[in-house]
Amino acid sequence: MPTGRCSDLMTDRFFAFIHNVYAQAIPSPDTETLFWLCATIAAFVVGMRIQIRLRRAPWANPVLFAIVVISTALFVTKTPYDAYFRSVKIIHFLLGPATVALAIPLADSIRQVTRSLPAMVLALLAGSVTSVVSGVLLVVAFGGSHEVALSMAPKAVTTPIAIAITQQIGGTPALTAAFAILGGIIAAMIGETTLRRLGIHDWRAHGLAAGIAGSGIAAAQVAQRDPVGAAFAALGIGLNGLVTAIIVPLLLYILPG
Amino acid sequence: MPEAFLTLLLFQFLGVIAQRALALPIPGPVIGMFLLAGMLLWRKARQKSASDDATVVEAPAASPALSALARSLIACLGLLFVPAGVGLVTELPVLGVNAVPIVASLFGSTVLGLLVTAFVMHRATHHAPAPEQVSDADGQVL
Repeated sequence: MPTGRCSDLMTDRFFAFIHNVYAQAIPSPDTETLFWLCATIAAFVVGMRIQIRLRRAPWANPVLFAIVVISTALFVTKTPYDAYFRSVKIIHFLLGPATVALAIPLADSIRQVTRSLPAMVLALLAGSVTSVVSGVLLVVAFGGSHEVALSMAPKAVTTPIAIAITQQIGGTPALTAAFAILGGIIAAMIGETTLRRLGIHDWRAHGLAAGIAGSGIAAAQVAQRDPVGAAFAALGIGLNGLVTAIIVPLLLYILPG
Repeated sequence: MPEAFLTLLLFQFLGVIAQRALALPIPGPVIGMFLLAGMLLWRKARQKSASDDATVVEAPAASPALSALARSLIACLGLLFVPAGVGLVTELPVLGVNAVPIVASLFGSTVLGLLVTAFVMHRATHHAPAPEQVSDADGQVL
């Protein structure tokens, strides 16, 4: 098809042009850092604006929007992911202090936490087991490989814990990290709407569910909206990490295959 | 504000050291979060027993600067996941090979996990309706 080849050539030229502009404009590592910092934050801000414009629809997730925009920008400018990550490392680093900062809503909501402690333990165990077992079984049921099934087991936990567990049971860390992020995005996009449709409006349940089934990204969504939700999401992340680290090896021992 | 940021970094540092020293399965920042919450509650309890004033009970546990910093960091928590999230691109070839089982499992098990957790929590706390049962904060940030 000549027309197809022609338009391919056009897009190739267009990409080459963009790449040249980028290579000319970004001569030093410092400008590269500034450029990608600005681009990342700008993409997230635009994503947030869009979400607000769409009456704060959870499915219009700004994290997913920014990931898609930046991935496209990396492709167009032919920037390797390593170079990008080096540029925006400061943003990634702030995840640590931000996690510690969840202590403040947690301390402020401590009375709700202690009051619903038995319920929380029950929900935590039920949620962890469901998430691990259904993850593994669904991969097997749809004909996925053994490696994918093992990497799926700890995906609901916060990424560093998930990677440690997957190494222990013989999964692939890179796959598990990808699953943890994708699962978090899915939970952030559809979690709140689904739970509300089922008549669950309590921020304690929303926060805990987001922390347990969606770890960081879903927890971020709830934490932005309500301090009690933030407290229970923080607990969900911390406690689920502990529980999953214990039950994944146990469950894999029990499950056949 | 510098004190507030120092507090967060110090507790992250403490958490990382505790994780290394005790070989705990939880990441350092999460341990730091529990340590800081413990410290804030301990300080509040001490203030309460010292002053005997009923108004202290409802006062926030952290200093205004620390509360403000925590609020702003949590408000942009989503942004902080973008650098790691863009790393998905490097995994796309592997993800594509097993696309169907991966998509089915991610959706199915995430939704099931959410539902079971929220449902058990909802049922188990239902008999004592909470005063904090805010129906919808309408996207209000913290």
